[in-house]
Amino acid sequence: MIPLSYYLVLSGILFACGVTGFLIKRNIISIFMSIELMLNGVNLSFVAFAAEWKALSGQIFVFFVMVVAAAEAAVGLAIIISVFRTRETLNVDQVNLLKL
Amino acid sequence: MTPNLHLWLIPILPLIGAAINGLFGKRFTRQITSAVALIFSGAALAWALWVALQFSPAIAPYKEFFASWIRAGDFRADFAFYLDQLSLVMLLVVTGVGFLIHVYSIGYMWEEGGFYRFFCYLNLFMFFMLTLILAANYLQMFIGWEGVGLASYLLIGFWFTKDSAASAGKKAFIVNRIGDFGFLIALFLLIKHFGSLNFDQIFSSIMPMGPETQGSGLLTSIGLLLMVGAAGKSAQIPLYVWLPDAMEGPTPVSALIHAATMVTAGVYMVARSHVIFDRAPGALMVVAIIGTLTAFFAATIGITQTDIKKVLAYSTISQLGYMFLGCGVAAYSAGVFHLMTHAFFKGLLFLAAGSVIHAIGGEQDMRQMGGLRTKIPWTFWTMTAATFAIAGIPPFAGFFSKDEILWQAYSSVHGSWVYWLIGVITAFMTSFYMFRLWFLTFFGEYRGTAESHGHDDHSHAGAPAPHGHGGIHESPRVMLVPLVILAVLSVIGGWVGYHNTFENFLAPVFRAGVTTSAEAGQAAASTESHAEEGARESLLMGISIAAAVGGFFLAWLLYHRRRDLPEKVAHSLGGLYTGVLNKYYIDELYAALFVAPLIRGSSKLLWRGIDQNVIDAGLDNSAEAAREVSDTVRHMQSGNLRSYAGWVAAGAAGVVLYMIWIGIR
Repeated sequence: MIPLSYYLVLSGILFACGVTGFLIKRNIISIFMSIELMLNGVNLSFVAFAAEWKALSGQIFVFFVMVVAAAEAAVGLAIIISVFRTRETLNVDQVNLLKL
Repeated sequence: MTPNLHLWLIPILPLIGAAINGLFGKRFTRQITSAVALIFSGAALAWALWVALQFSPAIAPYKEFFASWIRAGDFRADFAFYLDQLSLVMLLVVTGVGFLIHVYSIGYMWEEGGFYRFFCYLNLFMFFMLTLILAANYLQMFIGWEGVGLASYLLIGFWFTKDSAASAGKKAFIVNRIGDFGFLIALFLLIKHFGSLNFDQIFSSIMPMGPETQGSGLLTSIGLLLMVGAAGKSAQIPLYVWLPDAMEGPTPVSALIHAATMVTAGVYMVARSHVIFDRAPGALMVVAIIGTLTAFFAATIGITQTDIKKVLAYSTISQLGYMFLGCGVAAYSAGVFHLMTHAFFKGLLFLAAGSVIHAIGGEQDMRQMGGLRTKIPWTFWTMTAATFAIAGIPPFAGFFSKDEILWQAYSSVHGSWVYWLIGVITAFMTSFYMFRLWFLTFFGEYRGTAESHGHDDHSHAGAPAPHGHGGIHESPRVMLVPLVILAVLSVIGGWVGYHNTFENFLAPVFRAGVTTSAEAGQAAASTESHAEEGARESLLMGISIAAAVGGFFLAWLLYHRRRDLPEKVAHSLGGLYTGVLNKYYIDELYAALFVAPLIRGSSKLLWRGIDQNVIDAGLDNSAEAAREVSDTVRHMQSGNLRSYAGWVAAGAAGVVLYMIWIGIR
């Protein structure tokens, strides 16, 4: 049986990758994917704990996260498309109308 | 059955007058302002006279409850009034002299700016003074005590645009504060030990106590602290310095507050607390010594002064010293008697001096006067009556009261021939400097600059200079009538002391407190053969008359006959003369000893040191630090979304690290 710590380390690595990508990427799509990566890193730790402690609530929670992530993806991609239509770019540094 | 005297009306009436003039006076004409002031102070006088008619020894002490004020546990202080022979005498003196001075002020202040303000303050003073006199407990007395101090401050600084007047007011207020400090501590001691401030309760619980003959005890401390308060209010050594400066105020104020009434509050307070002093011979001795020294000391200064009001101011201090001497040898009625006659003749002296100053256009230097006898005859004759009265020449009022004090100083069980001797020397000096003033002002050649037109020239070109009249002229009738009334009182006022009538009238008040041992002493004294005592009294009386007459002749010689002599005498005395002329440098001494260190301490240590370097600097530096920190932290808010995310991530990482660290531990 694979020990819990392995899952947690993997989950941490995934999350860290997500954070790093979120911070350094300029492209909105990449940032979006980094966010998904972070969510899934967290999901992994949820299911790992659920399996370890034989508790169903962790699994249930992951479904919720997936649902929210799907909804968010739909809204987010719609925003990205409309941004691209108006600004003709996906570089977040250039989407700075609200900044002084 | 005791009639209801409605004593509360007496102080309230002047207060209403003050309120009306103070609130609406600006819109009033001078006629209305003076009518309001006169009606209310006159009503107080009328009511006081009515009370005096209703009064009989049978109802004394008459007490009246007005309203409750402070109730804390067992402690109670009420607004209540207390009338006995002592407060009745004070009541009549204050309302009577006060009313006359109100009348006089109308003439004196007519040309002044702030007319309504003056009468508002004057009525306010009457209110507080009457509160002080009629109080039935020390706390209410203290209200009046502080209130008259306030009124005195306001009136000394009446011409507040003049720097010297403003600082004289402050000086009076601050010096009085030192005395009030002593008074307050005495009150605290009384509350602590007797649980009350009511005269009745305190005196009845003190009554059974014996005198504190050896060492010092509670009553001695209370007595001494009360004396500190009295020394402040009544200008005794060492707190007398404010009174000469207080002459910056308008002359009617000097007459009313700084001669006739307020400054005698200390004497009244000591007399009122006689039950305490009777049982504290140590405190009593201090009172007598302070009184004697002050009388002597102020008289010497009075000899050299050239400002007519300053002479009278030092004379007031000196006469107050006599009153304290009287109280200090447990002859309270003699002290109060002198208080009353002094109120007449010293009030008159100030008013007459004001009339002189008025006549010659604001000049106060006696060297610029002279020969005014024929030009202002009414002022001259009234002032003559007052001068003879204060000099102690029979049958004028001052003779009876002063002689009574001197006799008591000699013969009382608390007395001593030393007091008497200094008192007689002071009487000689008093007579000398008063006749010096008299001769300098009214005799010889006129030395001033005001032209002698000989008629009333009421062209008041501009108001800035006070009394900017034309030539030398007699004062208007509204000023002369009070002078004449007071002159009559100065002549006959002493006759009530004939055959000890006055003393017997006050006796019920003061006998109540006499201790058994003092009674025994008096009994022993009275067993002395009456003939011998009478002979000695006549002898002492003769000596004091001789002193008064001697002062007259010396003044006549120096300031009338041989005008060149004073210069030579002053010259031959050299340093002593300069010392006295400069008031023994007491003001300078106080300035160097107390004022300068205080100013240095408060400006260097408290202002620059603590306020600027600690409090201000603390505030400024913390604000500066906050600004600098925010200036640094501000850079986090770059507006760059990704850097925010970075901060969030860094924070999260920090939390994780912290938890790991916790876990390791």
